[in-house]
Amino acid sequence: MVELLHNLLFDYTLRTVALGAAVLGVSSGILGAFAVLRGQSLLGDALSHAALPGVALTFLWGGTKDPLFLAMGAAISGWLGILWIQSVTRYTRVKFDTALAIVLSVFFGGGMVVLTFIQRLPTASKAGLDQFLFGQAAGMIMSDVAVMATLGGAAVALVLILWKEFKLLCFDASFGRSIGLPMVRLDLLLTTLLVVAIVIGLKTVGVILMSALIVAPGAAARQWTDRLGVMVALSAGFAVVAGVIGAALSSTAARLPTGPMIVVCLSTIVLVSLFLAPRRGIAWRWLRAQHAGRRLRMERVFADLYELSRQHEDPMHAHDLATLHAMQAHPAGVLDNLRKLEEQGWAHEVEPQRWALTDRGLEHTHELERGNRVANLGKET
Amino acid sequence: MNDAALEIQDLTVAYRNTPVLWDIDLDVPFGTLAAIVGPNGAGKTTLIKAVQGLVRPAAGNILVFGKPYRAQRALVGYVPQRGSVDWDFPTNVLDVVLMGLYGRIGWFKRPGGQQRKRALAAIEQVGMLSCASRQISQLSGGQQQRVFLARALVQDAQLYLMDEPFQGVDATTEKAIVALLKHMKSDGKTVIAVHHDLQTVQAYFDWVTLLNVRKMAAGPVDEVFTPENLHQTYGGGVAGPGSQLAEIDDPGDRG
Amino acid sequence: MGAFQRDILLIAATVAAACALPGVFLVLRRMAMISDAISHAILFGIALAFLVVQSVHSPLLILGAALTGVLTVALSEWLRNTRLIKQDAAIGLAFPLLFSIGVILLNRYASNVHIDIDVVLLGELAFAPFNRLIIGGVNVAPLSLAVMGGILLLNVFFIGTFYKELKLSTFDPALAAALGFAPVALHYALMALVSITAVGAFDAVGAILVVALMIAPPATAYLLTDRLPRMILLSVGVGILSAVCGFYFALWLDASISGAMALAAGFFFLLAFLLAPDKGMLAALVRNARNRWAFAETMLAIHLLQHEGQPEEAAESRVDHLYKHFRWGERFARRVVVRAERHGVLQLSEGRLRLESRGRVLAQRQLGLTPADPKARDH
Repeated sequence: MVELLHNLLFDYTLRTVALGAAVLGVSSGILGAFAVLRGQSLLGDALSHAALPGVALTFLWGGTKDPLFLAMGAAISGWLGILWIQSVTRYTRVKFDTALAIVLSVFFGGGMVVLTFIQRLPTASKAGLDQFLFGQAAGMIMSDVAVMATLGGAAVALVLILWKEFKLLCFDASFGRSIGLPMVRLDLLLTTLLVVAIVIGLKTVGVILMSALIVAPGAAARQWTDRLGVMVALSAGFAVVAGVIGAALSSTAARLPTGPMIVVCLSTIVLVSLFLAPRRGIAWRWLRAQHAGRRLRMERVFADLYELSRQHEDPMHAHDLATLHAMQAHPAGVLDNLRKLEEQGWAHEVEPQRWALTDRGLEHTHELERGNRVANLGKET
Repeated sequence: MNDAALEIQDLTVAYRNTPVLWDIDLDVPFGTLAAIVGPNGAGKTTLIKAVQGLVRPAAGNILVFGKPYRAQRALVGYVPQRGSVDWDFPTNVLDVVLMGLYGRIGWFKRPGGQQRKRALAAIEQVGMLSCASRQISQLSGGQQQRVFLARALVQDAQLYLMDEPFQGVDATTEKAIVALLKHMKSDGKTVIAVHHDLQTVQAYFDWVTLLNVRKMAAGPVDEVFTPENLHQTYGGGVAGPGSQLAEIDDPGDRG
Repeated sequence: MGAFQRDILLIAATVAAACALPGVFLVLRRMAMISDAISHAILFGIALAFLVVQSVHSPLLILGAALTGVLTVALSEWLRNTRLIKQDAAIGLAFPLLFSIGVILLNRYASNVHIDIDVVLLGELAFAPFNRLIIGGVNVAPLSLAVMGGILLLNVFFIGTFYKELKLSTFDPALAAALGFAPVALHYALMALVSITAVGAFDAVGAILVVALMIAPPATAYLLTDRLPRMILLSVGVGILSAVCGFYFALWLDASISGAMALAAGFFFLLAFLLAPDKGMLAALVRNARNRWAFAETMLAIHLLQHEGQPEEAAESRVDHLYKHFRWGERFARRVVVRAERHGVLQLSEGRLRLESRGRVLAQRQLGLTPADPKARDH
């Protein structure tokens, strides 16, 4: 662990990889958060697959691995993918999901065909399949990171500049149009920025798993907050943490591809968020339901005791446990609940098997009645 | 014609060559509370959207206070259907209401203290001040509707277009909205609302348009909201579903 | 054609037919992306089963993998039901994780054996005929042909048996439930079928081509017919055609067979998208252009009818009124009027339009008025 940390700081390769993963995390985390909110999670999947033929063709024709050049190729084919999806859903009855699946698989198939040509190239710099498919962070150099940072920085800057416009686009686009904002163009811009974020990640994560980097950080971040700004920041943070850890782990051992490692880290964050996030989390909900159930059962016993005391001249009169048992559908927990009431100071065991309200308990019943009246009043006005 | 807040001439709207609205002529006078009433699929929402250029008409001319909508955008406030947005979106009441000011704030700038004050005032007007920082997914249907109304109020418009403002709200909110509408009218605003509850048209509005793909009738509620016109809108003419016919044939419906 | 090529073609055609069958229902149920999720996620099952049995050709592999596919669907549905995330995000979260674990497992523990990660993902049809099914010492057929043939039969049997139920639960799930057809059970049965098909095809053609063959041919057929039985047959036909064309294309280019087949499937979809009679883009554009005239004519007739006998009739029926209120261009308006006059809808005299009886009937029919009905009056 300490060694890994040391390497992160001082080992050139690892530092480059981690830096690249961090840059990628910021851009995909931020744009992914918007994509998740817009219900475009699967679009990210289709577009990342659609980028493959672009990368492969630029490499084949240009014969270069210049990252900016490859990125442009990827962006162009991703864009063509969007164009195809949009025109198919617009002019025919084929639905969005079908259009996505076709673009995803057909573009990827085209990429595969081109890759077989690349594999036959005699050049020493030929790119392995794995690198395009699963990413190979270890091969990253500083100029890659520079290109990624420039593209990502530009994309993130645009999001920040157009923050309120994009927020309105995601929440209520038709209201945005009614006040005169060009929502169609903003939509196109935000989708284009998503393509940029995907392109940035291809080198590190690869086309197949890039979609996870779009979906997962946003989905995890959403659980922790109800503010868009916080969500986007958290999303970027999660993606950076998962990216750096995943990339670092994959570089420590042989045959641990970077993309899958990052995805496993990200998914862990998602699972933790789904279960443990305060208020929304599954564990949290479960606990709350349990607590509410317990409280309800205790109050039912209390209500029974109060009911009995009202029927008696002396409200503090003690009643048989057996009577209380008889009043409940599930008598098993009655005694436990009475003990809890005793802890609260609302009831006490006057003599063995006989229970009565305390002064404080009686006071509480008055409070409850007042509360009921106020609640009813609230419904009226 | 100068006293009309909204003037529609020969408006026809079609989706993929299926007509939704046929040749609508409509003048809504300044300072009225106007209801648009008609069966499902009558084109009520489309009419409101067409006014704001949200759907492109096949033909027709729309004037807001005598000029095309584009030039008068700042004078029009919009309350879309509550169900048209994702209420699980991570934002709070104040933030949604501030969106009503985005058109004025301009590009790139963020809302400042001045805008916040205005938004809070609008939130107070709809009786939601205590919920200003509440997340929108925690609101009831009625509260959601009030938030949308506050967002429109903050637009400080002259003409308000509302799509089903009473849909699915509780009785308290309904009363509050009615009071708000009357208040807006007394301020000289014009409100045009899509409305589906025939029983309350006469109590809430003073002007009504009966719509069923074409305009069946329009005018002051007392004159136009008649059994014959309603029957024609829901039953005769462009055929509406029979169930609705039964609904309005019940005399109790018209109070 | 050599026996080797024939084997490859046979395998490819069988895979295409087997994939198209459940694919039809995925496309109709708007669950196309589930094929992507399942075909990726089964890698986890394959990897796990492989680690247990240490063989690539065990039936356990297919079973384990198919289970993973169903598990993925269940997992994403559970995620969605928590209402913590949307459905598309739920799918997008579940399969990358399972796929990643599968890749890591195979990379770490199986990279020196038969399962090569590229092959699993992309398939290697060219090698498929080498593994033979040998029964009693007799070389019967390529193993993958036997496996896919079995899966094809299973699909045919399933869809044949549950055709009525599948059809109903696809087009009207509520009614299907009300009639006691257990749409949920049918849904999971279909998911299991997709998973089994994906696992079988996976070995021969790889995960991504599975998606291409499951979705593109049914989508192509969807643009060619309105009838379900015809759509099923067409899907199978287009799938086989894609496989055959893709094979020869790959042969010609000396490139990845599965990639070329995906391209061929995409090409046929593109053709249907552009040219399909009635449902293609070109047909839609032509129809729109043609309808525009008829629509404008009707619009004009209705306009004249609405104002007939009204005080404003004189103003409303002027031709130059059309430019101002209809916002029609002058040329367009003139041509509409000329056409309408030719069709006997109206008559133009001294710059004013008068409705003819044919135009009146046209307008009344459009408005749902019978000619006997009193015309709508505005005030």
